[in-house]
Amino acid sequence: MESFLEIFDIYLLEAVVNGILLGGLLALLALGLNLIFGVIDVTWICYAELVMIGMYGMYFLVQYYGVSYFLAAPVAIVLVAILGAALHYLVIAPLLSGPPINQLLATGGVLFVLQSFATVAFGIDFRNLGIRLPVLAFADMHFSYSRLLAFGAALIGMVVVYLFMTRTYTGTAIRAIAQDRQIMALMGVDTKKIYLITSAVGGALAGLAACLLVLQYDVHPFVGLSFGPITFLICVLGGLGNFVGGFVAAFVFAEIISLGGLFSDLEWGYVLAFGFFIIMMFIRPGGLLARRS
Amino acid sequence: MNQRYAWPIAVAALIALPFVYRDPYHLHILILILIWSFAYTSWSLMGRFGLVSLGHGGFMGVGAYVTALLWNHLGLSPWIGIPIALVSAGALALVVAYPCFRFRITGHYFALVTLALSGIVLQVITATRDYTGGSLGYTPERTKGNNIVALQFDDKIVWYLIALAVWLAGLLIWHVVDRSMSRYAMEAISEDEDAAAAAGVNVTFEKLRITVISALMTALAGALYCQYQMFISPDTVSGIAVSLQMVFAVVVGGIYVALGPTVGAIITLLLAEFLRIFFGTKAVGWDNLVYGVLLVLFIIFLPKGILGSILERVKVGPAKAPVVKKPA
Repeated sequence: MESFLEIFDIYLLEAVVNGILLGGLLALLALGLNLIFGVIDVTWICYAELVMIGMYGMYFLVQYYGVSYFLAAPVAIVLVAILGAALHYLVIAPLLSGPPINQLLATGGVLFVLQSFATVAFGIDFRNLGIRLPVLAFADMHFSYSRLLAFGAALIGMVVVYLFMTRTYTGTAIRAIAQDRQIMALMGVDTKKIYLITSAVGGALAGLAACLLVLQYDVHPFVGLSFGPITFLICVLGGLGNFVGGFVAAFVFAEIISLGGLFSDLEWGYVLAFGFFIIMMFIRPGGLLARRS
Repeated sequence: MNQRYAWPIAVAALIALPFVYRDPYHLHILILILIWSFAYTSWSLMGRFGLVSLGHGGFMGVGAYVTALLWNHLGLSPWIGIPIALVSAGALALVVAYPCFRFRITGHYFALVTLALSGIVLQVITATRDYTGGSLGYTPERTKGNNIVALQFDDKIVWYLIALAVWLAGLLIWHVVDRSMSRYAMEAISEDEDAAAAAGVNVTFEKLRITVISALMTALAGALYCQYQMFISPDTVSGIAVSLQMVFAVVVGGIYVALGPTVGAIITLLLAEFLRIFFGTKAVGWDNLVYGVLLVLFIIFLPKGILGSILERVKVGPAKAPVVKKPA
């Protein structure tokens, strides 16, 4: 009995740590989406599909053209950043004055386009980089290096975005627009340009997430569906546009999934997380960190 | 005068159709169009008032799976199973929607909360794979031939008539809502909730009523689809993809007109069949690619949908006749 408890605790600890590692990645995904929402007031339903395209980009660069991983990563990030800017320019910009729900639905259409484009162009096979990073064994617990790397890179990415937002002129303008959309145009800020830059930064974050996810998961056209919905829920739970809230919510969600997966199947971890989300919406509809009015 | 006779004639023609023309493949497409039209109509019932739900895939999944599970595991006839499935979907809608409306979760937030609902239903179906077959899909047990108790018919004509009746009922419900006080209340709510509440509209109740009606209809569509196809999988009747598919068809057809969702269903299903026939297995993905591009183009250039825009043209067009409402 005692030995059983010991093993159990090790598993529990391992799950907790893995949850934190997963949380870093989810926080990165949530940050990109939150940035777009906070500044442009649009939800990119197709955000996870941008990540999927980035993952394919990495796959082809590394497997097909034999580029090394660390050279391919910046290329993939730039690729998805351009894709993000194009999405804004082609789809969102013409709809900015329309009802907000139309923007949401239009990006839903883009989701279909990207998913089926991947199906048509790359087929429905599962593909992976074929890079197998070693597993770190520490006190009877096992963590894969790819997760540790992803966690570290995600944190660095978030710090870079934080510095960009607080230390540069453009970053300051982005934050100002998030606070008041109308007045900044009068203050001489080119709103269109800022929106485009924000979309590109959001895309770049999706690209970074793609580079990290591709280390852990196989790529297929529907891979976006496995983490896309979770990302939206994290953003809503943290309060759409609230960066800190999204960060906290990412770790809360990751722990629920990881611990729920420990006690039962991984799907039940997701079910628990979804259920938790719906309950939290009723308790704190404005997000985890929102002040009650 | 034309309007008054157009409907009965059209309905009579639709009823007579399978007795005159009985190509099983075309009949099959028609049945699918009718069932999906009904589902899309039920979505548009809410969607036209700005209540954009991405959770309808969930309701449809509940309708289909509860009916099939009760039949296979407990031997309950769909005649009892479908009402139970409807009650489950209605209860689910209440549980999710009541707090949403009570706490004023609207717009993006409502869409995302209902998205979570789709996600939950999909994950539960996948997680309980010992009972539901998971992502491999599920088949209700077959009986021999036509069996009224099992609601299984070999004859496509029977299914055609059932689907036609349900579709007409859906249009009737749409019409009743369109003519009711509820419609004005809902329009006021979608403009400004506080002002509507101040004017004496019970905001929560009105929204809840339309949501539950819509959820019940969607669940019925799911159950019918299951009984007709005799095969359901999480991908075809539940989840986010199905929810988005509903939104897409309704937006393309026209969200504010009664036959809009039907036009949407006709276009989407015919497009899918067309691509499937002409490109064969190479077409995997092409239909969704075309859908997606169309959806984006429609939202940008034609937000009222095909039928909505045509009807608007016709109305604004030559010599606008004064609309005289006849007393009923």
